[in-house]
Amino acid sequence: MLAPLLLLAVNVVATTEDLASIAREVGGDKVKVDALARGYQDPHFVEAKPSFIFIMNKADLLVFVGRELEIGWLPPLVLQSRNPKIQPSAKGSLDASLNAKILEIPTGQITRAMGDVHPQGNPHYWLDPNNGRRIAQAIQAKLAELQPQDAAYFGERYADFDKRLAEGEKRWDAAMAPYKGTKIVTYHRSWPNFCERFGLEVMGYVEPRPGIPPSPSHTLELIAAMKSQGVKVLLVEPYFDLKTPNSIGRETGAEVLTMPPSVGGEKEITDYIKLFDYDVKLLGAALAKAAGN
Amino acid sequence: MRAVFCSCVRPLFVLALAAGATAQEPSSPPVSEDVQRLEAELAALRQEFAARLGALEAQLAALQAPVAAPAPPPAEAPAPVAPTAPAPAPNYSAPAGSSKVFNPDMAVIGNFLGAAGKNDSPNAPPSLEMSEAEASFQAIVDPYARADFFLTFGPDEVGVEEGFITFPTAPGGLLLKVGKMRDAFGKVNAMHSHVLPWTDRPLVVDNLVGGEDGLADAGVSISRLIQNRFLFLEATGQVYQGNSAIFAAPERKDLAYVGHLRAYRDLAESSNLDFGGSFAYGHNGATDDATTRLWGADLTFRWRPLRRAIYRRFIARTELVWSRREGEADTANAFGWFGAAEYQFARRWFAGARYDRSERADDPSLTDEGGSLLLTWWPSEFSQIRGQFRRTDYADRPTANELLFQFLFSIGAHGAHPF
Repeated sequence: MLAPLLLLAVNVVATTEDLASIAREVGGDKVKVDALARGYQDPHFVEAKPSFIFIMNKADLLVFVGRELEIGWLPPLVLQSRNPKIQPSAKGSLDASLNAKILEIPTGQITRAMGDVHPQGNPHYWLDPNNGRRIAQAIQAKLAELQPQDAAYFGERYADFDKRLAEGEKRWDAAMAPYKGTKIVTYHRSWPNFCERFGLEVMGYVEPRPGIPPSPSHTLELIAAMKSQGVKVLLVEPYFDLKTPNSIGRETGAEVLTMPPSVGGEKEITDYIKLFDYDVKLLGAALAKAAGN
Repeated sequence: MRAVFCSCVRPLFVLALAAGATAQEPSSPPVSEDVQRLEAELAALRQEFAARLGALEAQLAALQAPVAAPAPPPAEAPAPVAPTAPAPAPNYSAPAGSSKVFNPDMAVIGNFLGAAGKNDSPNAPPSLEMSEAEASFQAIVDPYARADFFLTFGPDEVGVEEGFITFPTAPGGLLLKVGKMRDAFGKVNAMHSHVLPWTDRPLVVDNLVGGEDGLADAGVSISRLIQNRFLFLEATGQVYQGNSAIFAAPERKDLAYVGHLRAYRDLAESSNLDFGGSFAYGHNGATDDATTRLWGADLTFRWRPLRRAIYRRFIARTELVWSRREGEADTANAFGWFGAAEYQFARRWFAGARYDRSERADDPSLTDEGGSLLLTWWPSEFSQIRGQFRRTDYADRPTANELLFQFLFSIGAHGAHPF
């Protein structure tokens, strides 16, 4: 009689592997988690494959990044899921951004002349570990609401994740401390939360505007600015072409780093804490080398 | 309003003061003290009056306020925070202060077409044409439904291309749509012009499925997922009024019916296969009981590597249509198909090709054949420029060699990417 009750698990669908990892941390063996986008994929341009509809049809909880990151593909999937639990504003629909610290919320008039701007702020907010904590809180509260009998279990799981995250933060802060104020260049605007957290300054972007591919004139300006300001590190997300970044690297002597912004971006990045372990190690080594030069 | 209110109240107030002063006269102490006391009272009354007037004005303003600006909705409540959590985070949710927040998502898409070369067909496009402006309005209606409207403005007509309500969570796992819709017959018929990978529609669509307007009608659509381990399967059934480019209902009872079965399977992480079978039935208006039946089969193969999704993709598609049209005297059985492929070879560049062959619905002895080569450039997600070289061998007209070009541009809300 008790066995089927114990087997009850909350079916969670997360749009990205980062959110999936945090949901696994908090949910433990009381949840079954599926991620839609892979960590090495551009989360703006995921295809709305019908195979996702089957997964979403059975979900009890949909966790998404929000801030219009998934606007090109998530709404039709939710609509076609035929699942009342995860429709907009339903109990099982969780916008993970609502408690997170969001940067770059545009003020004043915005137009598409600025590129593919996100009117509700930069959606790459999970790249500050403290936002990971806030996402975990939101998921914990939601899981407790959906499955109240396991609320204490989710609370313990959260506390454990929070503790390990805090230990990680000490490591990462210590590793990045020597490079406070260092200027870097990134391909897309994926890293404002990461850079704010670790005290780095983004001097410019390979994209002339968000979502607009590099142009020769912008690239030349960027090279000149990087030379004059001594920028020695250029971060590229794994789903962008390396041709322009590499030529900028050759011109300026900057190291071009392919740095994954998501869990699953590299094989060894299997969870949210390992994502920062990997990125901090990779970037720390490059910054150390640049400082030594 | 405020000025009128003050000018009415002040004389009353002065009168009341005067009356009060008269009543106190009999037992009066010396006049100078009296004046001092009165002055003090007057000052106190003035203060009280100003305070009361202020309160009244505030009340009045509060009463008038809802007309001008509704009270802002309550801020989102922060999620409960666990005992070990850090201080509650500030709320960064987007501000929502005006009634505009309930406006639907709006977008306008312009489709400008140009054509050069000789073509004697009555369907041939003019040299330069603002072929279509499509305005879309999409929003959630209530907790149970959403609505989508697509209004099209052509060179000489305005119409509702689609306008329907969707109940995504109807009982029984059904997806219910009611309104005017493009029928779920095959793939191309359901596509709006701006999401086609060509500047035109294939010959088989022109000859057998009603061309640009196609099968689009007022009706009801239900669809359901058929859960199984091997395939994504979706069955759709639709009932329509029976009046569209192909169908014409002589009587109210002469409805048109469409059925569609879609199967889909991921072959690998970056490739998949999509296939479908369709059927449509309705009266064609040739006689009181003449009908047209259409059968369709479609197959789409897609390849898009996830790590390079914004730079490379390949799509191959084909669609086959059989038409059986009853006329006044006899029945015409016609067949047509197309095969097409597109390859994205750079972030902004696509090349494509298409082969067309189709008999005519009313005279299957006439077969049109054609081929196209295409090149598309995307300045951004919101605009594209396309060139198409098209050669058409008409059964009853001289062969046409044409250069077609298209500018597509979209403003407004960011819609979903077509799949």
